[in-house]
Amino acid sequence: MGALFALLVRDMRLAVRVGGGAIMGALFFLVVVSVMPFAIGPDLALLARIGPAVLWLGALLASLLALDRLFATDYEDGSLDLLMIGETQLELIVATKAIAHWLTTGLPLVLIAPLLALMLNVELRAVPVVMLTLAVGTPALTFIGLVGAALAVALRRGGLLLAVLVLPLAIPVLIFGVAATNAAIAEATPFSPPFTILCALTLVSFVFGPVAAAAALRHGLE
Amino acid sequence: MELRAEELTCVRGGREVFRHVNFRLTAGQAMLVTGRNGAGKSSLLRMIAGLVRLAAGRLLLEGGAPGAEIGEQVHYLGHQDATKPSLTVRENLQFWIGFQGGDGGVKAALEAADLAMLSEIPAAYLSAGQRRRLAIARLLAIGRPIWLLDEPTSSLDAASQERLAERMREHLAQGGMIIAAAHGPIGIESASELRLD
Amino acid sequence: MAIVELANPTRFLSIVNRILPWLIAATAVLLVIGLFLAMNAPDDYQQGATVKIMFLHVPAAWLGMFGWVLMSVAALGTLVWRHPLAEVAGKAAAPIGASFTLICLITGSLWGRPTWGTYWVWDARLTSMLVLLLLYLGVLALYWTADEPGRGARAAAVLSLVGAVNLPIIKFSVDWWNTLHQPASVFRMGGSTIDSTLLTPLLVMAVAFAALFITLHLAAMRNEILRRRVRSMRMMHAREMHA
Repeated sequence: MGALFALLVRDMRLAVRVGGGAIMGALFFLVVVSVMPFAIGPDLALLARIGPAVLWLGALLASLLALDRLFATDYEDGSLDLLMIGETQLELIVATKAIAHWLTTGLPLVLIAPLLALMLNVELRAVPVVMLTLAVGTPALTFIGLVGAALAVALRRGGLLLAVLVLPLAIPVLIFGVAATNAAIAEATPFSPPFTILCALTLVSFVFGPVAAAAALRHGLE
Repeated sequence: MELRAEELTCVRGGREVFRHVNFRLTAGQAMLVTGRNGAGKSSLLRMIAGLVRLAAGRLLLEGGAPGAEIGEQVHYLGHQDATKPSLTVRENLQFWIGFQGGDGGVKAALEAADLAMLSEIPAAYLSAGQRRRLAIARLLAIGRPIWLLDEPTSSLDAASQERLAERMREHLAQGGMIIAAAHGPIGIESASELRLD
Repeated sequence: MAIVELANPTRFLSIVNRILPWLIAATAVLLVIGLFLAMNAPDDYQQGATVKIMFLHVPAAWLGMFGWVLMSVAALGTLVWRHPLAEVAGKAAAPIGASFTLICLITGSLWGRPTWGTYWVWDARLTSMLVLLLLYLGVLALYWTADEPGRGARAAAVLSLVGAVNLPIIKFSVDWWNTLHQPASVFRMGGSTIDSTLLTPLLVMAVAFAALFITLHLAAMRNEILRRRVRSMRMMHAREMHA
C-alpha cells in the first residue's frame, strides 16, 4: 500500500507542476463550453434546454484529451518499465494513476461546472445536481479511457486514436449522465433510474478499466 | 543463489533477435553481455527482468526469495534514466524508494552518487551524466540481489565510472550478481563474457 | 536618467523599488476618492442604485483591453527589438489584464441579474469580453506550460500579436451573432447618455484602476526578474556540480 500511496503522491505532484496539465483540463472544458453557444446561437431557452448536454460533451472531450499523457510520459522516460517490474500488481498501479488523474483533471471539471452552467442559463437550483452527476460520471470517463490510453501508448500513437477508441465506450455514461441531469432540472422524468445506472457504470468501470488497461500494457509493450 | 538460462530465444517485431542463449551465474559473479548494436543485449536484460516474453527456453533462479518472481529480485537500470524533470533530485529518488521499497536512505544514496549538493535542484537542470548518477543512486538505495545494467557507464566521466565500478565490486563481494550490457569493459576484471551475435 | 537606462534590469529594479511605495499610496488615495464619489452619485431613475456597478464594470473593461494592448506592445519589443525587459513586461501584464477582464465579467453579470433575470444572456459586449478572457487564458496557459521562460515568452508574444489582430474581427462577429436573436429586454449596459454627475466618478475610478494596474504591473515585473535570477542561479549551481 505504501508503494501505491507513493505513486499517487508523485502523479499528483507531477500534474500540478510545470507542464503537468492539471489546470489544462479545466481550461479546455471552459473554452469548449464557451465556444458552443457561438455555434448554437444566443437563444436562451434553447441553451437552457441543451445546457446539460453541452456540459457533458465538454467534460467528455476534456477528460479524453487529458488522458493522452497518462502513460505516455512514463513510457517515454523509462519509468513505465520500472513500474511494471516491481512487486505491485500492474492493475493496482494503473488504478492508482487513474485516481490521481481524476483528482487533478476530473475534479476541477466538476468544480468549475457551476460557472459554466450559469453561462448556459441552467437554473440555479439544478446546479448542485449537475455537479453531482458530473462527480459520479467523470470517474467513469477516466477509467473507461484507461484502456484507450494504454492501447495508444502500446502502439505509439497519439491522442486521436485514443479518442476514436474510447468515445464509443463512453456512450452509456453520456446517455445516463445527461438523462439524470435533465431529469433533475425538468423534473418531468424520475431522477433515480438514470442516476443509479450511472453509479453502476462507474463502479463497473473501476474494475474493468484497470484490468483491461493492464492487459493492454502487458501485451502491447513486450 | 544461482541464475540459469537455458536455450533462451527472443523474437521482437517478427524477427528472431537471438536464440539458444545459455548461461549460468552464481552469487558473487558478474557477466558482461557484448555484441554489436541490434544483437539483442538490451532485449536479453529486459527478458530477465520480465518485460519481454520468452519465445523459447527457460530462466531459473535457485536460492532466491521464496515465492517471488525473478523480476521482483532484480534491479533494472535501462538506457533511460526514469527521472522526472519537474521533480527535484531528492523527490525523484524518494519516490522510487517509496515505490520499490528500499532500505537505503535517500541521503546516503545521493552521497554515494556524489549528488548530495544537488538534492533540491529540479531534475530538469541536470546534465546527462548527473541524471545517470541519479539512476545509479536509485540502484544503490534499493537493495536487490541481481543487478541488470544496460550500458551503465554511458554519459559518466572517468571519476564517476570508477566510483560505480567500486560499488559493483562491493555488491559482488556481498553475494550479489551483476549482468551488464556494454560495448567495452566496465571495470570488473573477473566478469565472464556472453557474446551475442 | 535617460529612458534607455531602464533597459538594464538591475537599474530597473532599483528604480521600481524607489517609486513603488509612492505609487501604492497614490493608488490608495485615488481608489478612496473614486469610491466616495461613486457612492454619492445619484441613482438612476430606472435601475436604481445598481447602476453604480458601472463604476467598477466600465473601468475594468477599459483596463482589461488596455492589458492586451500593453502585452502587444511588449510583444513587439520581444520579437522585433529583443528588448530584455519586454518579455518580463508582457508576462507581468497577462494575469493583471485577465483579472480586470474577469472583474468586468463578474460585475457585468451581477449588474445584469436584476435587469435580465439571469446571470448571463450572451449580450454582445459581455460576450466579447468573455472571448478576451479566453484569449488571456490561452496566453497564461503558454506561460504555465513552458519549461523555459524565454521560449514561453516568445510564444506568448506571438499569440498576443495574433490576438491583437483577431480581436476586432471577433468583436465584429460577436456583434453580428448577437443580432441573430434579440433578447427579450434590451438594456444597454453603458446607459444611453452618461450624465456629467456620473462622468466624474467614472473617470476618477478609471484613473484609480489605471494606477492600480501600473502598480501591480511594476511589482509583478520585479517579481519576474527576481524569479528568473533564482532560476539562473540554480542552473549555474547544477552546472558547477558537474565534476
